[in-house]
Amino acid sequence: MPAADLAWLLAAFALVSLMFPGLAMFYGGMLGTKNILNMLMMVMSSLAVTSVLYVLYGYSMVSGNSWGGLGIIGDPLEFFGLQTFVTDLETGGAEGLYWAAFFILFAAITIAIVASGAAGRMKFGAWILFSALWLTLVYFPLAHQVFTFSDPESGYVGGWLRNVIELHDFAGGTAVHMNAGVAALALAMVLGKRKSAAHRPHNLPMVVLGAGILWFGWYGFNGGSAAGANFLAQYVVLTSLLAGSAGIIGFCLIEKIRNGKATTLGMASGAIAGLVGITPSADAVDPIGALLVGIASGAVVCLALTWKTKLGIDDTLDAFAVHGVGGVVGVICVVLFADSAAPAGITGILFGGNLDIVWRELVAITVTCTYSFVMTYAIAWGLNKTIGLRVSEEDEYAGLDVTLHAETAYVSERV
Amino acid sequence: MKLITAIIQPHRLDAVHEALSAMHVNGLTVTEVSGYGAQKGHSEIYRGAEYNIAFRPKVRIDVVVTEDDTDATIDTIIAAAHTGKIGDGKVWVTEVSEIVRVRTGERGVAAV
Repeated sequence: MPAADLAWLLAAFALVSLMFPGLAMFYGGMLGTKNILNMLMMVMSSLAVTSVLYVLYGYSMVSGNSWGGLGIIGDPLEFFGLQTFVTDLETGGAEGLYWAAFFILFAAITIAIVASGAAGRMKFGAWILFSALWLTLVYFPLAHQVFTFSDPESGYVGGWLRNVIELHDFAGGTAVHMNAGVAALALAMVLGKRKSAAHRPHNLPMVVLGAGILWFGWYGFNGGSAAGANFLAQYVVLTSLLAGSAGIIGFCLIEKIRNGKATTLGMASGAIAGLVGITPSADAVDPIGALLVGIASGAVVCLALTWKTKLGIDDTLDAFAVHGVGGVVGVICVVLFADSAAPAGITGILFGGNLDIVWRELVAITVTCTYSFVMTYAIAWGLNKTIGLRVSEEDEYAGLDVTLHAETAYVSERV
Repeated sequence: MKLITAIIQPHRLDAVHEALSAMHVNGLTVTEVSGYGAQKGHSEIYRGAEYNIAFRPKVRIDVVVTEDDTDATIDTIIAAAHTGKIGDGKVWVTEVSEIVRVRTGERGVAAV
């Protein structure tokens, strides 16, 4: 039923598009009152940059036939201007242009997460240039390597991590979450710490609303990755709900034990951590497994939050802990307790599965994290040496909203 | 004429306001302020990181009264604002040399 599939996919696209303001609110509320507009600008600009690149060469680099058959990167000229998709093939279902639109959102949300590592200190022009380079050199190759399946019938060659290493990553635990988390860490390291003392989150209700909108969008992100209105789509919507919910439990339990109180910010962060964990594993675990994924992701992410303080790295909004570590936990959960009865048909090693899966997933994690870290660090370092990444010290103290955008988020004058 | 300034716990404002109204204090000015005294600040925890919040929210009341009403007003404010816990606040009195009512131009005690 191509039309039914298309109807669900179009709905999923709309859900995912709402993740952008959701992420912007989630991050914006965690910052002080003087840098929130800058964060909204960085998150939303991801769509502006990604859309242009995707039409020019992004779709080709991700989904094009692998250049030289190597599985590293798609032929960057194959779909220039998305011209081949303009004609209706009359399949009645989702065609290439739908996937171009859906994957633009995937690429854009990934670079938008990276923005959190640069909060409160990066020049806006430098951010735009950084995002364009990062998408081109880091996201597009990794997305090709992870997301594209070879098709011997048509002679299409896809990415090596997917087809040679045969990793299991349902909707982007590697190319989206680990990639973004590690990149945010590398960018934060090149940028250095913020000068002014860190402010408390200025609006936690906004953070909770943002997290809720992200969660809503996640059903489209994972559900749309089922590629149709089918059993798999229902399956991953359920496992995503369970993991987000259990993420709250995992995070808040550790908080209660460590700090004495369960917090609102912890609740929101735990839900997101659980959703990150289920992204690679949504089709591979059963409902009890999905709860375990959520609890494990929430708890481990909560423990990982303190690492940056010990290492003296200002990964401002904890993208490395939430998305990097959370993504790794999700993939490890597939290895440990995947249920052979679930749609992916993988047996976790705790249920007597083949140990093969251990090295396959470890290779995928290592390649993604190493490539992302080294390349992001190099891009940020190069830009810092040439155009400079940071705003002046005075601008930083005054806040980026007024100095970079000539605006104020909250006007309190009464006359 | 005296200016009585009171820094009190925000949750005691309604009680102070009612008590002053009952003794016919005809006007007062209220401001939300922040600061600290013996209570010091407090700490909050966000994602495991502790933030020391130096200033606590307080309410400031400014009221101008005649010499005769000064002691009774102070006593009323203190009785209504008192909880016995650290952080109840302070009251102080300042000499006022002149008062003018904007609408009528009346001066001195008549303008109180």
